[in-house]
Amino acid sequence: MHPAPSVIFFSTFSGLGFGLLFFLGFGFPAVTGFTAFAFFAIAYVLAVGGLIASTFHLGHPERALKAFTQWRSSWLSREGWCAVAALLVMALYGAGLVFLEQRWTVLGIIGAFLSIGTVFTTAMIYGQLKTVPRWNTPLTPAYLLSISIAGGALMAGQITWAIALLVLAGAVQVITWTMGDNAFESAGTDLASATQLGNIGTVRSFEPPHTGTNYLLREFVYVIGRKHALKLRVIALGLMVVLPVLVLLLPFNHWLALVAVLSHVAGVLASRWLFFAQAEHVVGLYYGKR
Amino acid sequence: MTTLPETTHKKLGLVIDLDTCVGCHACVISCKGWNTENYGAPLSDQDPYGADPSGTFLNRVHSYEVQPAEGAAQLIHFPKSCLHCEDAPCVTVCPTGASYKRVEDGIVLVNESDCIGCGLCAWACPYGAREMDAEEKVMKKCTLCVDRIYNENIPEVDRVPSCVRTCPAGARHFGDLGDPDSAVSQLVAERGGMDLMPEQGTKPVNKYLPPRPKDALPEFDVLAPFLDPVIAEPKGFLGWLDKALEKL
Amino acid sequence: MTQPTLDLSPKVSDEIRKTTCYMCACRCGINVHMKKDDAGELRVAYIEGNRDHPVNQGVLCAKGSAGIMQHNAPSRLRAPLKRVGPRGSGEFEEISWDEAYDIAASWLKPIRDTNPEKLAFFTGRDQSQSFTSFWAQNFGTPNYAAHGGFCSVNMAAAGIYTMGGAFWEFGQPDWDHTKLFMLFGVAEDHDSNPIKMGLGKIKARGARVIGVNPIRTGYNAVADDWVGITPGTDGLFILAMVHCLMKAGKMDLTYLAQYTDAPVLLNMDEKSPDYGLYMRDENGKQLVIDRTTGKLAPFDRPGVKPDLSATHRAKGITHVPVFHKMAEKYLNEEYAPEAVADRCGIPANRIRAIAAELARVAFDEAFELDQEWTDFRGETHKTMTGRPVSFHAMRGISAHANGFQTCRALHVLQIILGTVEVPGGFRFKPPYPKPASAHPKPHVGLTPGAPLNGPHLGFVHGPDDLALKEDGTPARIDKAFTWENPMSAHGLMHMVISNAHAGDPYKIDTLFMYMANMSWNSSMNTGGVMEMLTDKDENGDYVIPHIIYSDAYSSEMVAYSDLILPDTTYLERHDCISLLDRPICEADAMADAIRWPVVEPDRNVKGFQSALCDLGAKLGLPGFVNDDGSQKFADYADYIINHERRPGIGPLAGWRMGDRGLQSGRGGVNASQIDNYIENGGFFVEHVPEDANYYKPWNMAYQKWAVDMGLFDSPQPYLFSLYVEPMRKFQLAAEGHGDRQPPNHLRQRIKDTMSPLPIWYETDQQGNEGYTITALTQRPMAMYHSWGSQNAWLRQLHGHNPLYLPTKLMQQHDLSDGDWARVSSPHGEITVPVMEMAALNENTVWTWNAIGKRKGAWALDKDAPEATKGFLLNHLIHELLPPKGDGLRWANSDPITGQAAWFDLKVRIEKTDAPKESRPEYPPITSPVGQGPDKLAWKVGK
Ligand SMILES: Nc1nc2c(c(=O)[nH]1)N[C@H]1C(S)=C(S)[C@@H](COP(=O)(O)OP(=O)(O)OC[C@H]3O[C@@H](n4cnc5c(=O)[nH]c(N)nc54)[C@H](O)[C@@H]3O)O[C@H]1N2
Ligand SMILES: Nc1nc2c(c(=O)[nH]1)N[C@H]1C(S)=C(S)[C@@H](COP(=O)(O)OP(=O)(O)OC[C@H]3O[C@@H](n4cnc5c(=O)[nH]c(N)nc54)[C@H](O)[C@@H]3O)O[C@H]1N2
Ligand code: SF4
Ligand code: SF4
Ligand code: SF4
Ligand code: SF4
Ligand code: SF4
Ligand SMILES: [Mo]
Repeated sequence: MHPAPSVIFFSTFSGLGFGLLFFLGFGFPAVTGFTAFAFFAIAYVLAVGGLIASTFHLGHPERALKAFTQWRSSWLSREGWCAVAALLVMALYGAGLVFLEQRWTVLGIIGAFLSIGTVFTTAMIYGQLKTVPRWNTPLTPAYLLSISIAGGALMAGQITWAIALLVLAGAVQVITWTMGDNAFESAGTDLASATQLGNIGTVRSFEPPHTGTNYLLREFVYVIGRKHALKLRVIALGLMVVLPVLVLLLPFNHWLALVAVLSHVAGVLASRWLFFAQAEHVVGLYYGKR
Repeated sequence: MTTLPETTHKKLGLVIDLDTCVGCHACVISCKGWNTENYGAPLSDQDPYGADPSGTFLNRVHSYEVQPAEGAAQLIHFPKSCLHCEDAPCVTVCPTGASYKRVEDGIVLVNESDCIGCGLCAWACPYGAREMDAEEKVMKKCTLCVDRIYNENIPEVDRVPSCVRTCPAGARHFGDLGDPDSAVSQLVAERGGMDLMPEQGTKPVNKYLPPRPKDALPEFDVLAPFLDPVIAEPKGFLGWLDKALEKL
Repeated sequence: MTQPTLDLSPKVSDEIRKTTCYMCACRCGINVHMKKDDAGELRVAYIEGNRDHPVNQGVLCAKGSAGIMQHNAPSRLRAPLKRVGPRGSGEFEEISWDEAYDIAASWLKPIRDTNPEKLAFFTGRDQSQSFTSFWAQNFGTPNYAAHGGFCSVNMAAAGIYTMGGAFWEFGQPDWDHTKLFMLFGVAEDHDSNPIKMGLGKIKARGARVIGVNPIRTGYNAVADDWVGITPGTDGLFILAMVHCLMKAGKMDLTYLAQYTDAPVLLNMDEKSPDYGLYMRDENGKQLVIDRTTGKLAPFDRPGVKPDLSATHRAKGITHVPVFHKMAEKYLNEEYAPEAVADRCGIPANRIRAIAAELARVAFDEAFELDQEWTDFRGETHKTMTGRPVSFHAMRGISAHANGFQTCRALHVLQIILGTVEVPGGFRFKPPYPKPASAHPKPHVGLTPGAPLNGPHLGFVHGPDDLALKEDGTPARIDKAFTWENPMSAHGLMHMVISNAHAGDPYKIDTLFMYMANMSWNSSMNTGGVMEMLTDKDENGDYVIPHIIYSDAYSSEMVAYSDLILPDTTYLERHDCISLLDRPICEADAMADAIRWPVVEPDRNVKGFQSALCDLGAKLGLPGFVNDDGSQKFADYADYIINHERRPGIGPLAGWRMGDRGLQSGRGGVNASQIDNYIENGGFFVEHVPEDANYYKPWNMAYQKWAVDMGLFDSPQPYLFSLYVEPMRKFQLAAEGHGDRQPPNHLRQRIKDTMSPLPIWYETDQQGNEGYTITALTQRPMAMYHSWGSQNAWLRQLHGHNPLYLPTKLMQQHDLSDGDWARVSSPHGEITVPVMEMAALNENTVWTWNAIGKRKGAWALDKDAPEATKGFLLNHLIHELLPPKGDGLRWANSDPITGQAAWFDLKVRIEKTDAPKESRPEYPPITSPVGQGPDKLAWKVGK
């Protein structure tokens, strides 16, 4: 899949933002007043910024409201509802903390679940796609959720949680990669099933339907070299998990925490880039691109 | 409208004969021409006279080479447009309801005025049947020429999709695949019509007729009697001539 | 939620205008849908096939549907152009038509008054040859031809000399009845849609298709059986099948005896000047032995039953029937499958199996049509016997230097099976059948200031008909109808520039061309041609002094011309697809068609034929001026309506004026003829009567109908010529008989190649040592030569072209898809991207024809993939063979017809690093029309 920057930024930052909201909803850290304002502001900038980034890849963002209509079947629509609900609930909850120094626990918990639910719906947009075997697995929500929560813990300054969750996210990431590498083969979709010509013999793509490019090739057929991918994986894992964990193990320091956060974000961006770039859509088969 | 109708009154679709398709691209361009002037936004082209031309097409013709275990390799031309799947994932993923499957005939359509151009339906389609128009920024796909097949402004014989009407080899057939007695259903039954990527669970309405066995001319031993020499022992040409002319 | 409500019956257009497609030479009928734009102006919106049209019956190919993009192409020329930069630069100035005519007349008038042959007028994709040749004839130059000589004259000439009609678009299989269809060397052909429709029909019936082609794409891909033959060896393969069939007696002997020259007697006296010629009576009629009387008789005497075996001795000379000669020749073991298998690359048993299958279907699946008919000997047959085997072939067998003989061999094969003009077999389309003897002979009699003494092109019947000057040198610039290629019925367009540049046989002053991209894809040796066109003599003048050219678009050739007469697009002019040249007939109907301006041009352009009417009048050419010297035809439409070739015969056969109103075929001028055509959808059809539908050359009902329709003036039944007597006459000359003698260096070649019975010979590969791989081109179905690239839709399908290599050669050269290779021939080299193809003859490489483009042409960006990755094979092909050291220029052509031997090309391949661009690279030419827009999203009206 084409690793479009808007989608990479969206999923990275909104994941982080909703992860932070998740912790805030449970009262970690238990902040109020101006500090709460600061935390909430950061969370909203990330979550909303991510959401806004996601509209960059819409052809008609001015019609975005229509996307709320199909919640009964569409994960994208559900994501919209969830995000709006999470942001509204958490806004109310945050307002209580900031202005009234009040913690409405139930509201916070509801908001926390809506926040993480948003990440889940995002994940399901990808996870539901049979056409992209690498994504079409429960590991996809696991991957997005674990990173989001770990990032949230990190942002929320929950050092212990953060260390544990980062390690967990790292583990999920590694499993996702390993399982993902065989996903296409084991999904059973190949050129023979795509063309139904396999019973005659070995099928190979001959001439493409057009010598130039088209939307499908730009959007779905992105080929990245194995070696290149491996390098990026090491970098992603190092920045996303290893470095932050090491830093967190050191005595706490705001600057170091910032380093951990920045490193984590860079790692997630790299991981997310790979998430798209390594995902192969079955349509590539028709073009002999696999 | 994103949820799929439980049933549709008809299952209109195409049957494509891989035994006959010569790969001429007539259907591709006819489709482009019709759909540029008709339903929805015109199918635009980017850099049309430049170094990197591309554009929106609703129907494309691939070609594959197949190497049997024995014998010569074969080449198969392979037209592909929307298969109007019964379980169309492109419809259920659509957040706006722009994508829908018509209850009357099962045609999967995009209502362009509702489309936000998110592209998700194209992601969900295993067949590459949807293309986002770069100019209009809405999703385009085969309409099964919904604006032709019922159109009272065109003669009745012509109320078939543009690609079907134009196909010089007659490799494209249109009809109701929900009706077992329709000509297309019978063709599918006779020739063993196939679903593409059945494992994707989309239940395509369009069917593909497989190529007939190739290079299957009987070995010479079987045909040998047809070349029995006129005279067993060639006794010179005059003997042959007499014998050959006996029949006259 | 509810579904949106759709308008299921939107208005399709405001008006439909029916005319004829011209995205290729197939000439399908089209419905041009016109819609009002925002300004209320009717514009072309959508093009579909015309269901009522005899050619395409509603279907339309990719090019046809894309016609709208051709019509609106940014590459369209806008006004007459005068060259201002050096030739080849593309620098022009727009001028008025008056100035253009003045310039043209200032070059042409002096030539006409002194040396009319100094004008060479050659037309390319011309579909108005009867008109352009009429113009050239009135000008008085012998130097006129269209492009047939480099296209497929072997196919046309071999068919006409053998059976009075050819494949190409002049005949068709009986698609409704055939059960075995065998296709040789065809990728697309002119009958594009009809062939596809026919294939579709027979495939739907489950009939068998056998494709003989080194490459398995397109038609050959859908063929049930593929014969991946070694290029250039089809003649051997066919004659091996003839051998098998003859040996097995699997011939239609009745058919051979009655309708062919198989029983015609040949003079067998080696010393006679008539050795090998037909025995004829005092009226020149071929003689046979009548089986009932045992006596000599002219072949067409009523009641005669020609004997295939009886010999005849007279005045001490033995005469034997042609059939004897055939048996002698083809029963020989040199034609046994085992003897040819290796050379053809087809196992002997496969050859036998195919021959056996031909025999099985022709004889075991024979059938009768319940249709009575009467032959030319007066015998009435109760039924028509069908032999459901049919053949078709095109350039794959004809564009080789042995192509004439190979095409002949194929005709002999179908004739011995008795499948020509019978149900289920191959059928002619009117005006064919028409034997070679009914065609004109070439004329070169010139008189300064006066018309030529007759038509330029035609069919020779012996040395006397050659186009030679008194001193024996060629009369024509292309050396057509000379000892080098005596039967060059279509001229040799591919030799014109080369000969004119070399001054061999003489120099010319003005090269006038129409619709031929000679500085690019339509020439062999493209680089060389560009040099010849720009070469200057010692005075600094161009060696070819003046070049006038008519094109509608900014092609490569435009840049090499001095004066451009800009044509309209095909939707903006009158055209006439006439029975006088290449009509749109079907086997069971005569038909012709027109184009008419469905829109008026919005530029200062003019239909070329109309421009010729103007220019002809300005030059005072008889035929183009009235007695008072005024212009005779205001424009081409005027000519189409009012010109009469013979009394009652005009360019169009429909709606002519008879005594009692409008009638078909013959008749006087009808002032509203074009309107009648437009009302009828742009075409005219007249069906052949039921009892005249088959056996046309011998069927009196057909002969009578054809005379009534004006196809010819008296019935002329004839025999098929398994044996082509005129060829024997050339051999006789080479053997020393007669006054007109070939030059010595050609004697042996004439003896060897001009066998009156088909033979196979290896084409001249001298100088090609070390080049072992055959390199071919194929026409892409969705592109027409160079035109397609200016079409925004089509160029997305074929924007560049790889060279396809068979698996074995890929491995041998350590190549994988996308690598680049240097491909060389004795004449040049190209560097191009390669791709693997398994369904390909293992010693053949190929690419799509004419995709490569010159930078700057066609209003494309100079970095267009057509120029940076696309390429032409033409750089490797030469119009001459490698020098033999004898100082002579040997054309790379068939020694019989002069057909350009495109497919004899042999190459060598080496892997190389990817260059920046495919090579050779030429500098861009300046575009006289700028570059096209950077996006398209149009829709006419709402
Ligand atoms: N390597 C290789 N080369 C080949 C062949 C091959 O098989 N292999 N085939 C050969 C054969 S058979 C042929 S016939 C030639 C064809 O080659 P060409 O005869 O050169 O054919 P086109 O490229 O179609 O070019 C014809 C010219 O006509 C112009 N034209 C198009 N429409 C109009 C119009 O309406 N009016 C006017 N006045 N001009 C118009 C085009 O712009 C173009 O410049 O190519 C030959 N070249
Ligand atoms: N779409 C489209 N249609 C066209 C044209 C076009 O440019 N585009 N051009 C028109 C013109 S001008 C012409 S002349 C016709 C030509 O129409 P075709 O005769 O179909 O011409 P080519 O495409 O040159 O195809 C020649 C075929 O012969 C095969 N071949 C080559 N050598 C041999 C051989 O030795 N033996 C056998 N058996 N096969 C061989 C090649 O593989 C190729 O498939 O098409 C006309 N129609
Ligand atoms: S038009 Fe018909 S034959 Fe041509 S590519 Fe399409 S389906 Fe195949
Ligand atoms: S082919 Fe693709 S676009 Fe068409 S219905 Fe099926 S999934 Fe949807
Ligand atoms: S691109 Fe349009 S049709 Fe497709 S899913 Fe998005 S809104 Fe629906
Ligand atoms: S049915 Fe209509 S829209 Fe669909 S591919 Fe055919 S022409 Fe195009
Ligand atoms: S075959 Fe195609 S391009 Fe040629 S005349 Fe017919 S529709 Fe036009
Ligand atoms: Mo040609």
